[in-house]
Amino acid sequence: MDFDFNDEQREIKSTAREFLAARFKPEKVRELAESGSPYDEEIWKEMCELGWPGIAISEEYGGQGLGAVELVILQEELGYAIAPSPFVSNAYAGLVIEQAGSDEQRSRWLPGIASGEARGGAVISSDPDLIAGAAEGAAVLVVPEGDGARLVEPEDAELERLDLIDATRAYFKVTADGGDPLRGHISRSADTAAVAFAAELVGVAQRALDMAVDYAKEREQFGRPIGSYQAVSHRLANMLWDTEEARSLTYYAAWCADAEPESLPLAASMAKARASDAATSVTHDAIQTFGGIGFTWEHDVHFLLKRARVSAQMLGTSAHHRERVAELVGLGERAAALT
Amino acid sequence: MDLSLTPEEQAFRDELRAWLEENHPGPAPKGGDQEQFAFERDWQRTLHAAGWAGVSWPKEYGGRGATLIEQAIFGEELARAKAPRPANVLGLVMGGPVVIAHGTEEQKERFLEPILSAEEIWCQGFSEPESGSDLASLKTKAVADDSGWRVTGQKVWTTFAHEAKWCMLVARTDPDVPKHKGLTYFLMDMEQDEIEVRPLRQITGEAEFNELFIENAYISDSNVVGGVGNGWMVAITTLMNERAGLGASAALGLAQSLDELIELAKERGRAEDPIVRDKVARLRIGIEGLRRGAMRALTTTMKVGVPGPEGSIAKLQWSSTNQALTDLAVEIGGTEALEQGSTWAYRFLRSRANSIEGGTSDVLKNIVAERVLGLPKLR
Repeated sequence: MDFDFNDEQREIKSTAREFLAARFKPEKVRELAESGSPYDEEIWKEMCELGWPGIAISEEYGGQGLGAVELVILQEELGYAIAPSPFVSNAYAGLVIEQAGSDEQRSRWLPGIASGEARGGAVISSDPDLIAGAAEGAAVLVVPEGDGARLVEPEDAELERLDLIDATRAYFKVTADGGDPLRGHISRSADTAAVAFAAELVGVAQRALDMAVDYAKEREQFGRPIGSYQAVSHRLANMLWDTEEARSLTYYAAWCADAEPESLPLAASMAKARASDAATSVTHDAIQTFGGIGFTWEHDVHFLLKRARVSAQMLGTSAHHRERVAELVGLGERAAALT
Repeated sequence: MDLSLTPEEQAFRDELRAWLEENHPGPAPKGGDQEQFAFERDWQRTLHAAGWAGVSWPKEYGGRGATLIEQAIFGEELARAKAPRPANVLGLVMGGPVVIAHGTEEQKERFLEPILSAEEIWCQGFSEPESGSDLASLKTKAVADDSGWRVTGQKVWTTFAHEAKWCMLVARTDPDVPKHKGLTYFLMDMEQDEIEVRPLRQITGEAEFNELFIENAYISDSNVVGGVGNGWMVAITTLMNERAGLGASAALGLAQSLDELIELAKERGRAEDPIVRDKVARLRIGIEGLRRGAMRALTTTMKVGVPGPEGSIAKLQWSSTNQALTDLAVEIGGTEALEQGSTWAYRFLRSRANSIEGGTSDVLKNIVAERVLGLPKLR
C-alpha cells in the first residue's frame, strides 16, 4: 500500500503550484473577478500547452491518458490558486463523453476537449435550474437527463449568465431541448467530477488555512500575536482537521475512480460531503480570524469564501451526498429522498 | 498512489486471517475480573506461540519485524475478528519498544521475553493527581541510596496495577534543574509492600484504573532506562508508541460499532428518519476519514520517518467520532439503552474518557497549533 503520490504525480503537482502561483497572483484573480469576464484566454492556452484539459482523457483521443488522481491533483491546485478557468467543467464534459458516448461522439468531441481548443461545458448543478460552468465559448454542452445526458450545441441552447457571488468563474442557466443523447449512464463520470470538486474545495480550504495561519502569527492584539491565544489557535487546529480529513477522503475517492470503481459511489459522496462542509467552514473561520479586515472587499479572503460556498453546491450538496451515504451503508432507500 | 495491498502485505493478511480463524478463543468473559484477565493471558500465550505477540518488534528481540502497514493490517484484522486484547497490552506497545530503544543489553535480555509471553505484566506510572497534561511537573521523587533508589509519591490512572510485575515509572531525581531535565525513567517492581494499589472507581461504575501510593519503594540501579535525567525523552518515546498506527484499527472498531448502530436504528424503526440518516452518514464519513488519514500517515512515516499533518488529528477524529456515535446510539435505543449495565450505556459513558486519556483533545490542539501550524506558544 502506498498512499502517496508517485514521482510523476508529484511533478504534476509542483508544476501546477508554480505555474498557477505565477499566473494567478491575487491581484490578477481580483482583476478577472471584477471584470465580469473571468477567463483569461492567454492563460488558458498555456494550460492547454501543458496538456491539462486532456489529463484524464485517453491518448486515443488526444489526451494524456492519466486518471482521476492526476485530475484531482490539478483541481486541488486550481482551487488553491482560486484560478478563474473553465477547467473543471471542460474536464467533466470529457469524462461524460468518454464514459457514455458512442465512438462517433467521442471522436467528434474529445479531441477538442482534450486540447482545450473546442471546450466542453457541463451542467454542474440542478437545484432547480440547470447551471453550467464554462458554457461561454464552449463547442458542446453536456446536459444531464435522468441517468444519462444529451449533447447540445450552444446555438441550440438558451444561456443566461448568472451573477453568482463567486465571480471567479462564469455560471450560466441553461435551457435546452433536444440534442444528441448519449447511449450510456453517466454516474461514474458524475462521481469522478464530484471528487474533482471535492479536490477544488480542499485546495480552497488549504489556501484559507495558510492565509489565516500567517495572519495569526503576525497580527498582535493585547501585546501578543493572536495565534498565541487558544481561542484562535484551536480554531486554526480545527481548520487543519477539516482540511486534512477532506483531503484523505478525496484522494481515496480519486483512487477508487481509477482502481476500484465499485467503491466509487460511496467514496465520492463521502469526499464531496466532507469537502463541501470543510471548505465552507474553513473559509468562514478564516474570515473570523482576520476579523474586520476579512470582511472588507479589499481583502482577498472573501473570494475563497464565495468559491467554497458555490462549489459546495455543485454536483450535490453535502446533505444530498450524506443521504446517499446513508443509503449505501445499509439504511436503505428513503421514500422521499432529498435532492 | 496505490491503496491496494502489495503481494507481501496480502500474504501477511491472509496468513493472519487464516490463523485467527483457527485459533480465535471466542469472546472474553466480561467483568474485568481475574477470570477475564486469565483468559486474556492465555490468549496472549497463544499469540506468542505463533509469533503474533510482538508484531512491531524487531525479529532479533522475538518480534515479527512487521512494517507499519503490516502493523495496521494486524490491528485491523484483530478488530475485524473481534479478537480479545492480549493481557500485556502495555508491555507490548510501550514497555518493550522503550526497552528496545533505550535499554541496555542486560535489560533487553531480562525484560523482553516475559513481556511477549505475558509471564510478566506491565503497567504505567506517569500521571499524578497534580500532573495530568503537564506531565513534566510530576512530583514523585526517587532518591539514590547505597543499593539503588528509593521512591515516594502518588500515581494515578494505572491500569493492570494488580496484575503487574513491572511499572514504567517516571520520577523526579533532581529537583534543582528545570522540570523536564530532572526526570528519570525506571522499571519498578510492583511486588513490594511499599506500594499500595487502590482501585479508582470511574463513571461507568467499574474500576478499570488504579491509584498507586508509593512509600519508600525500592528500585535497583540496573532498572534505570536511558540514563538518569533522561526520563522525559524516554517517556516521550513511549507516548509516541502509544499513538503510532492505532488509527487504522480504531477506525475498524468504530465501523463495527456503526454497523451495530445501523441495526439498532432499523429495529427501532428509525432507518427512514432523515436526522438519523444524516447523523449516521456523518459518522461513516468520520470513520473513513480516520482510516484513510491513518493510511496516509503510515505511508509518510515509512518514507520520511514522521507522519504528515494528517497524523496529528487521528486521536481527535477517533475520540469525537466515538463520542458522537455512542450518543446517537443511546438516543435511538431509548431508555432501554440507558439502563445501567446495558452495552450502549456503558459505551456512552466509557467514551467520555476518549478525549482525555492518552492526551486530551485540548492539549492535542495545542500540539497541532504549535508543531504543525507553527503558531507562537501560549507560554
